[in-house]
Amino acid sequence: MTTDQITIYINNKQYQIKKGQTIMKAADSLGYHIPRLCYHPKLSIEGACRVCIVEVEGAKSFVASCAAPVVDGMRIRTNTKAVRQARRDIVELILDNHPQDCHTCERDGNCELQRLSSSMGISERFFEGQRKHYEQDISSKSVVRNPNKCILCGRCVRMCSQIQKVTNLGLAGRGFQTVVMPAFDQGMEDSVCVNCGQCINICPTAAFLEQGHSEAVFDLLNDDSLVKVVNVAPSVRAAIGESFGLEAGKNCEGQIFASLRKLGFDYVFDTNFTADLTIMEEAAELVQRVTTGGVLPMITSCSPGWVKCLEQFHPDMVAHLSTCKSPMSMAGAIIKTYFAGKISVDPKKMVNVGIMPCTAKKYEAARPEMNTNGNISTDYSLTTRELAWMIKSAGIDFVNIKPEEPDNPIGLSSGAGVIFGATGGVMEAAIRTAYHMITGKEMGEVKVEAVRGFEGIKEAALDVDGMEVRVAVAHGLGNAAKLMDIVKKHPEKYHFIEIMACPGGCIGGGGQPYPMTNSIPLDEKSLAKRASALYNSDDANELRRSHENPFIKTLYEEFLGEPLSEKSHKLLHTHYQQRGPNGIIPKEIEPLSA
Amino acid sequence: MSCNDCNKVGDPRYDELQVYIDSLRDKPHFESYLIAVLHRAQGLFGYLSEETMNYVSCDMNIPTAQIWGVATFYHFFNLAEQGKHTVSVCMGTACYVKGAAEVLETLKKELGVEVGETSADKIFTLDEARCVGACGLAPVMMIDDEIYGDLTPDKVVAIIKKYREKAKGAA
Ligand code: SF4
Ligand code: SF4
Ligand code: FES
Repeated sequence: MTTDQITIYINNKQYQIKKGQTIMKAADSLGYHIPRLCYHPKLSIEGACRVCIVEVEGAKSFVASCAAPVVDGMRIRTNTKAVRQARRDIVELILDNHPQDCHTCERDGNCELQRLSSSMGISERFFEGQRKHYEQDISSKSVVRNPNKCILCGRCVRMCSQIQKVTNLGLAGRGFQTVVMPAFDQGMEDSVCVNCGQCINICPTAAFLEQGHSEAVFDLLNDDSLVKVVNVAPSVRAAIGESFGLEAGKNCEGQIFASLRKLGFDYVFDTNFTADLTIMEEAAELVQRVTTGGVLPMITSCSPGWVKCLEQFHPDMVAHLSTCKSPMSMAGAIIKTYFAGKISVDPKKMVNVGIMPCTAKKYEAARPEMNTNGNISTDYSLTTRELAWMIKSAGIDFVNIKPEEPDNPIGLSSGAGVIFGATGGVMEAAIRTAYHMITGKEMGEVKVEAVRGFEGIKEAALDVDGMEVRVAVAHGLGNAAKLMDIVKKHPEKYHFIEIMACPGGCIGGGGQPYPMTNSIPLDEKSLAKRASALYNSDDANELRRSHENPFIKTLYEEFLGEPLSEKSHKLLHTHYQQRGPNGIIPKEIEPLSA
Repeated sequence: MSCNDCNKVGDPRYDELQVYIDSLRDKPHFESYLIAVLHRAQGLFGYLSEETMNYVSCDMNIPTAQIWGVATFYHFFNLAEQGKHTVSVCMGTACYVKGAAEVLETLKKELGVEVGETSADKIFTLDEARCVGACGLAPVMMIDDEIYGDLTPDKVVAIIKKYREKAKGAA
């Protein structure tokens, strides 16, 4: 027995464990799941809710197991009558000033507080506490804040500051008056919020939600005068099954396309196709910047949370962002021009809906820069969660539906398009095509292992036929902030950078299904399963490179000309703003060099 | 937007605040001096405005959401401009039993404000206090450091009138 082993007793059973861990971690590893609320393994320990209390022999009072370390010889009891009673009282007190409207709540059936209360065996409400009444903050295009449902666990505050480094949220006020809010009680719209939606994913209740558009889309679907078009982002297929009780990592694209037709969409397209298109433009832009002395490193621009983050926290760097629109906005632009022409429909009579893993896409869809010839490109952007709800609400049997294919010409895609959804995927896809554009040859091995996986910042130096191309990838805005620090210190270090606002990339997006009973938000195991659905789809595809997609070739031949053509620039590229929202922390900023 | 935007050039109070912040900059855990800095800022400006909090955020590199959290947590910090005089009504048990609520209502009506607010003429800020230790005189209010006891609504109105005239005369 090595010296870092100690003996503890849980519920009178003896265990040898490693020292230097908390009671909760030790118990977890031994198969005892102690209830918890404010604790999250990726966030700092707050010790605020006291739901995780246990009995420790010799201790004067109950011990918060998430914070207290194990000690040699410790005798822990997790389930005595006294501790169960105390825990139940704690949860009942939380419930007392929480609204009792579960049956009309968006998170009914998917709420940690509900699960907690039922696991405590709370079947009656004894105390009727003072209830709080606050206005909901619906100012944001993406995220709704409803303090009435908040139980002050503080997880969103830590998520926003520790993982995302945005620090938009804080606990303001004290005691009963405490509210989670942005600085100065300003609306989310005016705040530094980047709309990533990670606060929604981490909240145990419905105190944060996406700005919902599913009813509006149902209305459109009932309007016979419109041509209804939809496109589905890569990572939606890797996660939506979880909303229907399927295991994480099952690729459900066929079921999604079939369900969308049943919902009433006339044309069901795949955003993977415009991911291929994004790669054509972005790889060409990279090659152009590298060969003509343009601004480097070039940074990807398909994550709208990241784009707003850069615009407001690094306004001196907007020239580094690729001018390419995201696959969603490119889809809108092509649908309302090229495709409208093909089917001879006035784009004003068309509606285009994006199904996205993302809440920030709602904000992107509303940016006027994304409009196409004066028409909005994406009329509505729905999250994976919203689509799952619509499918359920319409009574479609998602699990057993016969899978279908998307429509063409915006349906077929290469394996490069689908891996967009995982961190490193855009980089890998771009390299496959940039290699071809630079050398005229194809890469032998298409996989770029160095940029796969969940390392916070990944780097690679690639040999492109004798030329060294240095790239970096970051996911989660905390990692992005670190990477930006490196870039500011060493401007020559990289040529090309991929950044996704959400941990894991789009598969971990703020609009993805809530974690199930047996998983937690940010859980790398479930993220890895979602990622594998995308990489498997890439492996199974005969086409591995965006430039091999025959419909992409046709689109350029018939319509766009070539990548970076005048038409491409008009339809597929955009520009950015330097933002200074109220409540920002301006760092020392170099003025933008023209 | 750059740091220069919040260099409130020309306002010597910001210069003074700046000197104070700079004097702390090399201390270990510089950020932990936030409360002290806000304290000083309130001393200079009378209250913490968004502008002042943005300035401190920028200068100490602390996100405004955290500054806002601190400023709203401590009762000591004023988030709105304060009147010339602070009227605090004692809401301790003795005063409450003897009719503090009525005193407070009278003041709200007379000054046209809610608790924590400042009257339109900027002369009075209305506040509540815990027991001020003058239970024998209940109900009690304080105007700045002066204690007024055995209050009735009429007495309250008369006292306010006196202060108001004096303030207007001085102006
Ligand atoms: S959406 Fe993202 S940036 Fe906005 S408050 Fe939530 S976690 Fe913070
Ligand atoms: S909003 Fe949600 S995550 Fe944030 S403190 Fe309240 S209950 Fe916790
Ligand atoms: S989970 Fe331990 S105190 Fe909240």
